[in-house]
Amino acid sequence: MNRITARLADAKQQGRKALVTYIVNGDPFPDATLTTMHAMVDAGVDIIELGVPFSDPMAEGPVIALGHERALANKTSLKSTMAVVKAFRETNNETPVVLMGYANPVERMGYESFAVQASEAGVDGLLTVDLPPEEAADLNTELKKVNIENIFLLAPTTNRERAQSIVDLASGFLYYVSLKGVTGAGHLDLASVEEKLTELRQLTELPICVGFGIKDAATAKAIGQYADGVVVGSLLVERMGSMADQSPENIAAAVVELIAPIRAGLDELA
Amino acid sequence: MSDVEKKSAVDYSQFPDSKGHFGPYGGRFVSETLMPALDELEQMYTRLKDDPDFQAEFDKDLAHYVGRPSPLYHAERWSNKLGGAQIYLKREDLNHTGAHKVNNTIGQALLAKYSGKSRIIAETGAGQHGVASATVAARLGLKCEVYMGAEDVQRQSLNVYRMKLLGATVHPVESGSRTLKDAMNEAMRDWVTNVDDTFYIIGTVAGPHPYPQLVRDFQCVIGREAREQCLTQAGKLPDALVACVGGGSNAIGLFHPFLEDEGVKIYGVEAGGHGVETGQHAAPLNDGIPGVLHGNRTYLMEDENGQIIETHSVSAGLDYPGVGPEHSWLKDIGRAEYVAINDDEAMAAFRELTRVEGIMPALESSHALAYAAKLAPTMDKDQVIVVNLSGRGDKDILTVAAIDGIKV
Repeated sequence: MNRITARLADAKQQGRKALVTYIVNGDPFPDATLTTMHAMVDAGVDIIELGVPFSDPMAEGPVIALGHERALANKTSLKSTMAVVKAFRETNNETPVVLMGYANPVERMGYESFAVQASEAGVDGLLTVDLPPEEAADLNTELKKVNIENIFLLAPTTNRERAQSIVDLASGFLYYVSLKGVTGAGHLDLASVEEKLTELRQLTELPICVGFGIKDAATAKAIGQYADGVVVGSLLVERMGSMADQSPENIAAAVVELIAPIRAGLDELA
Repeated sequence: MSDVEKKSAVDYSQFPDSKGHFGPYGGRFVSETLMPALDELEQMYTRLKDDPDFQAEFDKDLAHYVGRPSPLYHAERWSNKLGGAQIYLKREDLNHTGAHKVNNTIGQALLAKYSGKSRIIAETGAGQHGVASATVAARLGLKCEVYMGAEDVQRQSLNVYRMKLLGATVHPVESGSRTLKDAMNEAMRDWVTNVDDTFYIIGTVAGPHPYPQLVRDFQCVIGREAREQCLTQAGKLPDALVACVGGGSNAIGLFHPFLEDEGVKIYGVEAGGHGVETGQHAAPLNDGIPGVLHGNRTYLMEDENGQIIETHSVSAGLDYPGVGPEHSWLKDIGRAEYVAINDDEAMAAFRELTRVEGIMPALESSHALAYAAKLAPTMDKDQVIVVNLSGRGDKDILTVAAIDGIKV
């Protein structure tokens, strides 16, 4: 079974909310990433979303966009991101890793080549922000061959008809974007999240994780009431970006410090 | 007029297909939040494009507000000097606001009005599209915010001030290469945040479907007029068309109504910057590879990892790493040929047309003129080239003065 499916099934069985964390590979410098990934696992993170930097990250707010710029300045690429996952797998064979990024680096590598290399590296899922279901069929075919889940976004603007077509293609989990806006925005509307998730549950059995705008234990807990998991990104990327002159261990410790209360908050829901 | 009968194996009117594809190009590559807004725009446009009332309103604005039809001017003195084909200039520079961009903003402003949205956003490179957007927003009493790369804000300061006078807010974009592509990223971020009340007026034939189609349709007035004018004035169809290509909206507007006239050769002119061989240029059709950016699949300037690379052109309006998807398709099927003109050659053409014909072209359009100046001497005196003079050069005089070392 794919690690994502296994992990989310476990969490559900244990009545635990999944914590999904996003960091950008190579940010603020390449050596920080692997250390931080392992530390996040020890701090109770269920799924790691590893950001693949792109020159034109259209869906990102200023915090994560700067993370992409720093990573690119460090020559981070899709290839080097797969290498990090491979290194992570040397000591961790359980924690799911999802690559999150934009279509063009994957296009450039070629769908088939990407799927094969990602699978060999131990990648479990791919979330391509700018590849909606209408354009995703070919990539989906290649991912299925190697048992990599294709994670799709759903948004507050997604109507029932579109949601159905997305659910039909998706696997692993659904990523519900909690607000109309970019990553790290601050205008979370809990009532609308609840309403939308209730609607989505009628269409699918897939677990639903919610991201964009989750900044602390309180927002994570509030969202966790309705979701199977929450995604935290900008909060971590902002802190990591401010620590470019520090050791990987210090950066990882700072990330754990941010994660711990969120994990605790989610566990209060159990 | 049997000689103007259309003969073509491809029915160009059938493109894009229902999913917005031109062959492998185009499509809709945006985050999910924007997909429903694009569906809505597509449905509205499909309904309105064949609505006689909408078309009448558009035509009326083009006639009485923009000042169409724009003349087709036979540049006799320049043609004689070049000693070959007769060059006719399609005078989009004479439009209200000084470039072809307004044809599209008039059309999209009408769509905005019908959609009931209260706020307009736009990206701009040279500032012509920003000015044209601010202009139509002022006229409709809509709030207008324009995203412009910080570097372009500097080199096109006259247009920035024009936009401000028109009541628009100009946001300088400091990320990435601080030019048009970054302005487009920022406009997309605004749109995804304010999608309920905001209409995004994209300035070129790129972006997610249906933008490449609707911008083309609004710009096709250029080619329809030019075709008729050429038949009247030269007594025949042109032998060649020449237009500059950044995103490619003035070019597709001229080219599209001639696509099925197989005897008409079509040349799109990209910005060769310091020379295509130097890598410092903005010529993806000459030296790029297909990829995905800004909502569509098209030729791009990118590195081996799929990262978009910085482009260079003396003209801000051509300084873009992508190109409209229909151009990518026309290149692949061989219907149009895409060439490149360097900064120096464009500057020389700018000076030449100014001195020989008393017309000061935009630096963007100067790329097309420079290619026409190469092409004309290879052709006979009874042959005709139509060049799209897409904009006027007033906005560029500070750039030109700086190159001359003169402080204005």
